[in-house]
Amino acid sequence: MRKFAALLALLLLLAALPGAAFAQKTVKFGVFEPLTGANAAGGAEELDGIRLAQSLYPTVKAGGVEYKIELAIADNKSDKVEAANAGQNLVDREKVQVVLGSWGSGLSMAAGPIFRDAKVPAIGLSCTNPLVTKDNDYYFRVCFLDPFQGTVMSTYAFNNLKAKKAVLIREVSNDYSVGLAKFFADNFVKLTGDKGAVLATLNYNTGDQDFSAQLTQVKGLKPDVIFAPGNYTESALIVKQARELGIKTPFLGGDTWEIAEFINVGKAAVEGAVMSTFFDNDAPLTKLSKVFVTEYQKKYGKLPSGTAVLGFDGYLLAIDAIKRANSVDPVKIRDALAKTKGFEGASGVVTLDENGDPIKSAVIKEVKGGKFVFKTTVNP
Amino acid sequence: MDRSLLFQQLANALSLGSLYALIAIGYTMVYGILRLINFAHGDVFMLGAYIAFYAVSAAAMPWWAAFAVAIGLTGLFGIGLERVAYRPLRDSPKISIMISAIGASFLIENLGVVVFGGRPKSFASIPLFDTVVHFGSVSVLSVSLFIPVFTGLILAVLLWIVGRTKTGMAMRAVSTDVDAARLMAIDVNRVISFTFGVGSLLAALGGIMWTMKYPQLNPLMGVMPGLKCFIAAVIGGIGNIAGAVLGGLLLGFIEIMVVAFLPQLTGYRDALAFVLLIVVLMAKPSGLLGKRQAVKV
Repeated sequence: MRKFAALLALLLLLAALPGAAFAQKTVKFGVFEPLTGANAAGGAEELDGIRLAQSLYPTVKAGGVEYKIELAIADNKSDKVEAANAGQNLVDREKVQVVLGSWGSGLSMAAGPIFRDAKVPAIGLSCTNPLVTKDNDYYFRVCFLDPFQGTVMSTYAFNNLKAKKAVLIREVSNDYSVGLAKFFADNFVKLTGDKGAVLATLNYNTGDQDFSAQLTQVKGLKPDVIFAPGNYTESALIVKQARELGIKTPFLGGDTWEIAEFINVGKAAVEGAVMSTFFDNDAPLTKLSKVFVTEYQKKYGKLPSGTAVLGFDGYLLAIDAIKRANSVDPVKIRDALAKTKGFEGASGVVTLDENGDPIKSAVIKEVKGGKFVFKTTVNP
Repeated sequence: MDRSLLFQQLANALSLGSLYALIAIGYTMVYGILRLINFAHGDVFMLGAYIAFYAVSAAAMPWWAAFAVAIGLTGLFGIGLERVAYRPLRDSPKISIMISAIGASFLIENLGVVVFGGRPKSFASIPLFDTVVHFGSVSVLSVSLFIPVFTGLILAVLLWIVGRTKTGMAMRAVSTDVDAARLMAIDVNRVISFTFGVGSLLAALGGIMWTMKYPQLNPLMGVMPGLKCFIAAVIGGIGNIAGAVLGGLLLGFIEIMVVAFLPQLTGYRDALAFVLLIVVLMAKPSGLLGKRQAVKV
């Protein structure tokens, strides 16, 4: 027991040392991401983007003081209950000045009121559901919204695929998926002028692995297109199982599909799947785009996804807001964030409206030869 | 509903149900001998799948060797788990050993997150298992043809071991009365280790077949199948090996048919399995094939 106590004391001392050795002031960015569970790959992508930004821009100056930026990483475990706990932990124990994240709108919505009540601003990275920032003065974001994304994909289905009848497959426990499916359906009905254009809306739960029963129904309906926004692994399994059942209908999805695991799990079956996403590596939008793509490849040895770039941009927007606020006080950072205008990130220019949302263009990509291949850019 | 679609749904149900049955057998076997619900069974299942994955991807073994290694190692792991987490508690109240099982489950899951990482991995496609087979308008993945065969074979072998061999007789003796069995010069520890070994082998086989059908691995992949197969084992009568197969098939059938005929209830598919558990426990706690027995306290 004594030995154990001595060891513990030594460990505590070691932990305290760096703080004592470098008496530089710090500002803490909370990273609020799913690092385990169903959405783990999405969280990991955004964290990669944030870490890259941190290695390039490790400090920020405000009020004549240079602050070192520290990351406090909280795993929300892809679970709405855990998300609230992780959010609470960031504001109470870690006392972060600003929060970045989360991948997954439902997770962001679960912690939104906690950030608002604690008066800590949060920057959503790829959470696209409108409800994340609505009625929450402390939530902002750097990505486009689902009403736009739903319009983009339904227009693609109508114009490019000449689709007249669609089937929707929703991850019913996920606010993102349910919202996006609705926005797709609304616009698809408008485009086709046919109230019965959506033949059926089928559901599944996060973590489900067997979709054979739902897909057998789809087989009987014979739609022109299937829109199935949802988590990447479940979606990949859906496409794979659909092909196994002999369904040859094209599959469309949203930004959550552009994750390496979607192709790793779905393999040949997901060839031809089309999705909307945030960023194309080969079409630089700003000066920073190129910096991001080269530095990312240097650090991680692979090409970045459209999700990673948003982690990078969220981090930079936080720095930008601190500079403009000239303070690391969370409320002042919030006020500066709310006034964001013409901020140049790697994924485009961000001007936040009264809800805290930017207007950005969407990129449509297709899985071809085991890669996400750029098809077109759609401007709002 | 169209006839061909109905047949397809039946095929879907059979392929899901036999997979549940395969995993439920291991669950029920451990319970039958030890009266212990091994909550870590689902995590042993996960471990088996991961070992097979690394044997193929990192050690570059051919798939059949990788599967054999994974099944063997997982069996050994099961024996070790029993020795570390359950044996020291054998004379404690049943509740302590159950809590230990829950602890072991969390430990394995979280070690899995640390060692394997939270991002899902994907199994390389093995043509023997990953080919679509057509029967008229019904199409199934070839692995779904192997699973019922494995399940049937294992059922037969286990019934033979338990009913016809000396080891089986010892197992039955231990399950009836541990102390009396010991007095009859049965090496109780060896029998229990054997049971755990076999239970874990089956979990590994189940895990590998699962990833052949649903090719993605993550450290929490065993949780839901573990719970579902526990339910399957209870429905069939926990402790009864043939009951586990029946329960697994029934659960698979119900899950598919609910989605097929009551699509509006799809979101409640998992909840339904638990409702079924509660109904069975209230109406016929010993399960469909279970014997009523007086509980010794």
